[in-house]
Amino acid sequence: MADTMVGSNLSAVRPGLATVVEDWSSDQRAFKNVTWGKAMMWIFLVSDTFIFGSFLIAYMTVRMSTTVPWPNPSEVFALTLFGKELPLILIAIMTFVLISSSGTMALAVNYGYRKKRITTFLLLMMTALLGATFVGMQAFEWTKLIVEEGVRPWGNPMGAAQFGATFFMITGFHGTHVSIGVIFLVIVAIKVIRGDLDSEKPGFMTGRKGRYEIVETMGLYWHFVDLVWVFIFAFFYLW
Amino acid sequence: MMSYVAHDETELIPPLEVEEEELYHPKTFIGKYIWCQDAKVIAIQYTITAMGVGLLALVLSGIMRLQLGFPNSFSFITPGAYLQFVTMHGMIMVVYLLTAIFLGGFGNYLIPLMVGARDMVFPYANMLSYWIYLAAVLLLVASLFVPGGSTGAGWTLYPPQAIVEGTPGAGLGIILMLLSLMLFIIGFTMGGLNYVVTVLQARTRGMTLMRLPLTIWGILMATILALLAFPALFVSAVMMLLDATLGTSFFMPAISVAGEMLDYQGGSPVLFQHLFWFFGHPEVYIVALPAFGIVSDLIAVNARKNIFGYRMMVWAILIIGGLSFVVWAHHMYVSGMNPYFGFFFATTTLIIAIPTALKVYNWVLTLWRGNIRFTVPMLFAIGFLVTFVNGGLTGLFLGNVPVDVPLSDTMFVVAHFHMVMAVAPIMVVFGGLYHWYPKVTGRMLDPTLGKIHFWVTFIGSYSIYFPMHYLGILGVPRRYYSIENISFIPESAHTLNVQITIAALIVGVVQLVFVYNLIRSYFKGEPAGPNPWEATTLEWQTADTPPRHGNFGPELPIVYRWAYDYSVPGAVLDYIPQNQPPDSLPARETDDNPQAPPS
Repeated sequence: MADTMVGSNLSAVRPGLATVVEDWSSDQRAFKNVTWGKAMMWIFLVSDTFIFGSFLIAYMTVRMSTTVPWPNPSEVFALTLFGKELPLILIAIMTFVLISSSGTMALAVNYGYRKKRITTFLLLMMTALLGATFVGMQAFEWTKLIVEEGVRPWGNPMGAAQFGATFFMITGFHGTHVSIGVIFLVIVAIKVIRGDLDSEKPGFMTGRKGRYEIVETMGLYWHFVDLVWVFIFAFFYLW
Repeated sequence: MMSYVAHDETELIPPLEVEEEELYHPKTFIGKYIWCQDAKVIAIQYTITAMGVGLLALVLSGIMRLQLGFPNSFSFITPGAYLQFVTMHGMIMVVYLLTAIFLGGFGNYLIPLMVGARDMVFPYANMLSYWIYLAAVLLLVASLFVPGGSTGAGWTLYPPQAIVEGTPGAGLGIILMLLSLMLFIIGFTMGGLNYVVTVLQARTRGMTLMRLPLTIWGILMATILALLAFPALFVSAVMMLLDATLGTSFFMPAISVAGEMLDYQGGSPVLFQHLFWFFGHPEVYIVALPAFGIVSDLIAVNARKNIFGYRMMVWAILIIGGLSFVVWAHHMYVSGMNPYFGFFFATTTLIIAIPTALKVYNWVLTLWRGNIRFTVPMLFAIGFLVTFVNGGLTGLFLGNVPVDVPLSDTMFVVAHFHMVMAVAPIMVVFGGLYHWYPKVTGRMLDPTLGKIHFWVTFIGSYSIYFPMHYLGILGVPRRYYSIENISFIPESAHTLNVQITIAALIVGVVQLVFVYNLIRSYFKGEPAGPNPWEATTLEWQTADTPPRHGNFGPELPIVYRWAYDYSVPGAVLDYIPQNQPPDSLPARETDDNPQAPPS
């Protein structure tokens, strides 16, 4: 029982719209039992959603308004493995890797709240490793597109120039998000293994006490980056 | 027998929900005043930087007016330079002055004090926010000095012309401009997250959302708008940067410049306009909503009356904020849109007039039969009301497609948006500075100089912008270097231009009186005491003036009432501070043993 209750005061939670109104009419906090860091991350993610939303809408607009035919994604992103040309195989593996990393992240959050220091550390590092693998495969994909197929941001031999432009810009922006995530995963993992979160050691620059909630805050970001990838995957590779 | 009437009775002091976070206390001079995490210091840094860059933009506008009033008298104002001045003036005023001073300046200073918090929730990110903003400002100023000069594409930066050869600053100028905007947005996001989370999650005991001063509501909603609108500008800046540097064709169609085909093809210039105005229209309200909020408080304090229709005012702010995201294409009636879009966007635009008019009526009704004190902040607040109504009414003209089409890109538009989102908000900035300067420094600003400042600015602004409506209806185009030798423009337009220029120069110069007042009063101003305006809100109830790091003394205040208990019948004084308990409740006893949270 104790294990499942850690991290939230479930007795205070009642269902229904009435409780929402009650919370928002109350003093001190509009979101009860939500820490500052978590609230901040959620609001940041809403803002970031608008960034990726604008990118994807811009992509759809240029794709629909260009007069030159759009390159066929199943051919462009095909990979020859064992003498066979397999469409979308690399991207399927990349997606699998990134979704798996969401799984390890979720486990890390759970073990973090149980204060299982070593397990949390290992799961965080595994998440970081999967994320780094994803970025590595993305680098491989970019190299293949640039070197073998001659795709450039300003043009490509297969069709509309906007294909390369939008592809590099949006996957590049997503890849940057994943890379930043990997860096912060490693930082959080180090904090976990050093025991900073158990001893509530103040942060180096912020002076804030370390708490296991930062694992969850990190997790929110990571799941968001995965979710964005699902949309990029659908719009770029399946359309 | 006196009785205090609380707006809504609170019998119980709510239990403290979270323990206080420990503040970061710097020990060195640099930590206290330079790399400072205290929101109040960050606010002052923001305000001074924004005012500095705003003065630059003011000078630029003076130079523009010199050219329009006395064409060809000044050899250094070339047509290219004129366009650069127009662009920099607009961009600085809208983004780097007004947005920064309302949210970074007033927001940082007032949010923690008014909601009863020690500081922003993430002081470190808050500090980074300012330094990134400063970097953005420096990048912007640097663009004035690069080869080719700053960009001259107009503050809307429309491609293709913003990045093709022939536009002033088409090389480095536009690149620095875009980089500066991206930095500004990153910096703002760090601050903006702080503002929202502090208001929602870090209020003191008893401070419900419906007891917040309207200033905080305005700043909160403006910050939410900014967090959702700036991404569109960020994205369009990234894409234009790629168009300008890597030769992608997001916004660039196949185009020939000076008889030569460029390498671009297939991009959509209208896409940029949609993205830009998806940011640009909410931006109007990012500037206007904090002004609405602050002016509500200035009027209530100085009319010694509660604000009329508090709940309506709050809902109006929320509704205006929501609607501001579905009106953006009214800036694009002449861009070549489907006419049905024009119908939709005209309708939504006119609907915004309802909550806005509601606010204006409520301000006027607050004044009605009030015990008005004509202090300098009050003068500026009333000045805001007048200019805002004036600019709002011409907004009705421009919101309608058939009226807008002939008036597009004329001086009428310039007159409209300067009235409604330049003069009106800057009136509130001045009013706010006169109002809170005593809290920030402990000294009053000189009221005589303040009144000179107000009357010259107010009458001067009217003599600048009122004749511009007439020029616009005559068809005088905006952003033109010279309107000489255009047959349909009568002589009277040139005469008016001279008059406008003289008024503009006088208004420009009188701002120096304000700067002088700010500096002189810091040393020689009359000591203000903790609550010179006899106001109810928490920032006036601090233990020290100016408030120390941590804002309040050892105990955070507890709030028992809304922010507008002025002239309550039966009360001793004509104002009751928010943290004054009702009669039945002893003041401080309950503080020592806060009730345990219900288990």
